[in-house]
Amino acid sequence: MEKRDAKQAIARLLGPAEPEVGCDACFDELDRYVELEAAGADADAAIPGLRAHFEGCPACREEHDSLLALVSGDTGGA
Amino acid sequence: MSALAEATVFDVERLIVSESSARLIELTLDAESREWLTALGAEGPLHDDAVARLHALLLRAARFEVARRRHALPHLRGDDFDDVANQAADDALVSVLRRLDDFRGASRFTTWAYKFALLEAAVKLRKRAWQGRELPLEPESWNALASTDIGPQAELEQRAVISAIDHAIHEVLTPHQRTVLVALALNGVPIDVLAERLGSNRNALYKTLHDARRRLRRHLDDCGLAVDLGGEET
Repeated sequence: MEKRDAKQAIARLLGPAEPEVGCDACFDELDRYVELEAAGADADAAIPGLRAHFEGCPACREEHDSLLALVSGDTGGA
Repeated sequence: MSALAEATVFDVERLIVSESSARLIELTLDAESREWLTALGAEGPLHDDAVARLHALLLRAARFEVARRRHALPHLRGDDFDDVANQAADDALVSVLRRLDDFRGASRFTTWAYKFALLEAAVKLRKRAWQGRELPLEPESWNALASTDIGPQAELEQRAVISAIDHAIHEVLTPHQRTVLVALALNGVPIDVLAERLGSNRNALYKTLHDARRRLRRHLDDCGLAVDLGGEET
């Protein structure tokens, strides 16, 4: 059986230590957060709680990464 | 102490956008977004043309998401990916039109609309990937975890943390918290897939996951165990 890294497993089990929003609030704010990031602004300061949520929620993090790539003009074969 | 630091987790969303700032955002709506809202709110050919353009926009975003994920789905054919993209665009169009009043101009309209198509495509692909598979809901053996690049003392401490977490999973969490935590955080089941199987939704399951994680952290504190996750890549 392939061994998995214990430290990463513990991190996934414990999740982010900082305050975070839930998935619905994340979705509501995702477009504004991504545009701030794409503009080089401090998105974390403007919209607290999203970055920590991305650490704890792989699904929301993936959708964040996709939206940032899309609006940044990386068409990725689309 | 800052307002955020004082806030209970999940109360953070209340701090994000005040009513006054939302009204200010509406006043600064960009011309393209304003054109979209005007056309979609119109009647007749202007509306129909806007809906057709919106669908094309959403289909582009859905195809973008499919292209990013197709390498992880080698068992699907090209037609399957086209179907997913088209279904995602259709469903996203319904969502965008239904929630049009929610758009306050906090971003460009196109960015706001894109996220619906990306969500729909991502959810559909996660479900396709797990279609017909039994969900692993029990903790796997902790022996499958390896401690890497740490010394003997750190490995001993890590084993103590793992033992405490194992105890908490079985003795501290509720059965539902245990199911959700093990499936999502230990066994890597996508949250949308678990939500579908349990008849729940992403937000509710994440709340359960968050509560379970908080119990685990509290148990580690009670055991006097510190967790060093510095430099962690999740």
